[in-house]
Order: sequence, then structure tokens, then C-alpha cells
Amino acid sequence: MSDWVEACAAGDIDEEDVMRFDHGGRTFAIYRSPDDDYFATDGLCTHEKVHLADGLVMDDIIECPKHNGRFNYKTGDARGAPVCVNLRTYPVKVDAGKVLIQIG
Amino acid sequence: MARGMVIIGAGECGGRAALALRDLGYDGPVTLVGDEPHLPYERPPLSKETMASDTPEIKAIASDAILAEKSIRHIHSVQAVAIDRAPHMVRLSDGSALPYDKLLLATGSTPRKLPMPGLGSRCVYLRTFADALAIRAHLSPGNRIAIVGGGFIGLELAAAARKLGASVTVIEAQPRILMRGVPAEIAEIIHAAHVAEGVDILCGNGIASIVDDGQQVRVTLAGGREISADLAVIGIGAVPVTGLAAEAGLTIDNGIAVDAELRSSDPDIFAAGDCCSFPLAVYGGRRVRLEAWRNAQEQGALAARNMLGAGEAHAAVPWFWSDQYGLSLQIAGLSDEGRSVVRRDLGDGAFILFHLDEDGRLVAASGIGPGNAVARDIRLAEMLIGKRAKPAPEALGSQAIKLKSLLAA
Repeated sequence: MSDWVEACAAGDIDEEDVMRFDHGGRTFAIYRSPDDDYFATDGLCTHEKVHLADGLVMDDIIECPKHNGRFNYKTGDARGAPVCVNLRTYPVKVDAGKVLIQIG
Repeated sequence: MARGMVIIGAGECGGRAALALRDLGYDGPVTLVGDEPHLPYERPPLSKETMASDTPEIKAIASDAILAEKSIRHIHSVQAVAIDRAPHMVRLSDGSALPYDKLLLATGSTPRKLPMPGLGSRCVYLRTFADALAIRAHLSPGNRIAIVGGGFIGLELAAAARKLGASVTVIEAQPRILMRGVPAEIAEIIHAAHVAEGVDILCGNGIASIVDDGQQVRVTLAGGREISADLAVIGIGAVPVTGLAAEAGLTIDNGIAVDAELRSSDPDIFAAGDCCSFPLAVYGGRRVRLEAWRNAQEQGALAARNMLGAGEAHAAVPWFWSDQYGLSLQIAGLSDEGRSVVRRDLGDGAFILFHLDEDGRLVAASGIGPGNAVARDIRLAEMLIGKRAKPAPEALGSQAIKLKSLLAA
């Protein structure tokens, strides 16, 4: 079983934005959607291992800051060239103002 | 039965076009013809990661398995030698011929040759993976590399060469590096980064002569100074590959001239990427030719849609990037469209210059900073440019105002 890990406070991320979270030698990206829901994916783009947290969030899409690879951060689906490998996603919950992610 | 789609040039643009045809559901024959022995691969790493890696490999756009799965026939190590427009046939250097319904020319560009006598085996250019490997073999401690041309390829190579311990001299005929398309304020930062890393940059220096004896190169500058090097890499720009198109009688105008849908003067022949000039809608149809990875990718995909009859006009904003040492530069739009500049500081030394035209319209944004510090705001600027927005200069200049909020306005 994997544990829930506290990533940040809910207010640390603006709406429709993203933040980097490093834990246990791994890096993740935590998202807050325009609808005020939270999501988490692997932190690096599947194209060239660039930190996605430097990228732009528009609606449910995160765009890689380097080569504009796009993913749906809610599902991890790759959305067109140059990315073709999906992002791994992780369960997220908000508890007492804290964003927790379940790292598998 | 469909004669099919033929794509000449198996680089970023051609490769993306082939994949896009299948993604769009086209089920006739798709043939991709390339003159290199490799799978379609990404060129941007050639002056960066390929140099840094101990075991350089091509970064393929599609594997053999993907090409097979999508029934894309890839003919490699072969050149297209003629287009017979009336019968819709392309003749190849191996003697074979391919029939087509629509033809895409994605022939790219080739390094501009230094028009001087005296160049030999120690004077090289960078375009292909093979070129990159040949250059890389010389980048070792103690070796002296002369780079002719202070543009992106030369400067990225200079950074890579310094990391590998070679000594580097950059020779630029213009008064400063990156004269074309990069504001002086940003070029100065890149210049300083190179100097701090030990690169000798000589600007405002024309070359009087080059002597290459096969062992070393001696470059004599107009001012009389001599530079001896084990290798000279010439990076003075690129020219579009238009020979095939010109021979076929297609209109050439700083590249293969295409309309907004990337159609050449022959309605069944399209051109895309570095090899073509096209009207850029965001600047009122100004005809441009771009040598940029993302443009190659986007135009490859757009050409595929239009080969299938989409009738879609090009609408993208030019964008490119460069990485040198820990710095990354990104530029959206063409800054020569601007008449005034607003600066926005982002912290950690990162900043963006917003270029506005005489009507206050945002026409370009140039940013530089560590890592990907400018990426998000440059992307937002690109959207503002695409919308032909006229954001208030005070808002652009203020870190307190989010660029995203201007997009909604």
C-alpha cells in the first residue's frame, strides 16, 4: 500500500496553475484546475524530461515549457506532437487545507 | 485506386506530415523520401545534447515499428531528382519513380556556404547527425575550435565545446552576435555568458582569408589577426533547398513560394518548413521564411490537413528557443515588427522584452533567463500576439499583473 503524502497547502497554487513537488527522489506536478479541483502527475515531460511545473495551464491542459508538448493533466493523456507517451497521474485529495497525493 | 501522398524530405516537417496524414485517417499510400540513412529525427539536439552525450543517438520522430504500424513507407538514402508534374510522378536517384496525388516538399534548408577559397576537410558545417558526430570528435580538451558566425548554431556549439574542454573562438562579421532577430539587450547577456565560460568572441571582424592544410585551419581576419584552429565550424545561416522545385518550374521567392494553405504554384504540390516562404497572417500577410523546429512541425501537420482538402490557412505565431549553458532564450513573433519595447522583470535575472508596433499592438516578445523561467510568459505573449492584442504597456511591465489576465481582456 502506498501512503498519502502532503504536497502543499491548497492555497499555495493559484487557480488554473501548477506547482512542482519533489519527494523521495522523484518530482511531481500538482495542478489546481479552473474549477478548483486538484490533480497530480509525474513532474517531467515524457518528451525530454523538462519540468512541467514551468509550463502553462489552460483549462485542463498543461503545456511543456520547452517544446509545447500538451497533456490533459486530469487523465495524463498526451495531446499531440511532439509528445506521444502519456503522463502518469496520481490520486489527490484535499484535507484540512492540505493537498495530499498518493504516490504509488 | 489512390496514387497516394508523397513527401520529399524526412526531417521534422516531413516526418510530422506523414504521421499527421495517418492521424487524420488517410488510408491511401504514404511515402516519405529522405536522403539520410536514418529514421526521421529531431535536429535541435545536434548542437546541444548530441554534443554533450557520451553515446550520441538520433532522437527519432517515429520508430520503424511506428512507421510500419501506420503503413508509412520510408525510403531512405535516396534523393528526389525530378518532379514530372503532368503525370504526377517523382523520380528518385535510385532510378525508381513514385506516382502521387498530392506531393509535399519538405526539403528543408542547407548551411549557407562561406564563399571563399581555401576551405578544406577541417572546415565543416552542421546540419545532419553525421555532421554532428564529425564535429563532436574534435571537441576535446586542448583542441582549438574556430566558429565562424555568431548565430544560434555557432553559439550553441561554442557552449557545447567549452563543456567538453575545447578552446573556442567565435568570429562574427557583424558588430554583435545574434544580429538577426534578437534584441541587443538579450544578445549582451548571451555574449557575457560565453565570455564568462572562456569563449573568445570577435565581433565586427570580416575574414580576409582561410588556409586549411588538412591538419589545421588558419583564419586571417580583415584587421590582420590570425586564429589557428584544429577545426573551423561555419555557421553563417541557412539557405532553402529549392533546386527540385525550381527545376519543376514552381515559383521561388526566398524559398518555395506557397500560399496561406502552403500550396505552391502547382495546386497538387505543397511545401512546408524551412524550404518555403509563406504569408504570415499575424503581420498582414508579410511573406517570411522560418528556420525553426516548431514551425517545421506545425507546417508539416498543416500541409497534411490541406493535402486532404481542409483549406485551412496558416495562423501560427513564429516561436523559437535556444539553450546555452544554463540560459534559455525564447522568442515569440518577429521583433523587427516592433517600434517600442517594454521590459518585464521576472526575478532571478530573467526578463522579457515586449515589442509593440506604432499602434500599440503586441507583435513580439523576447525573453531570457535561467532554465525555463521565461517559458510560461512567452507562451502567453504568443497568444496575445496571435490575438493581435493591444495590452497596456504598464500592465506588460508590471510583475504584479498576471499576463494571463490580459488574455481574457
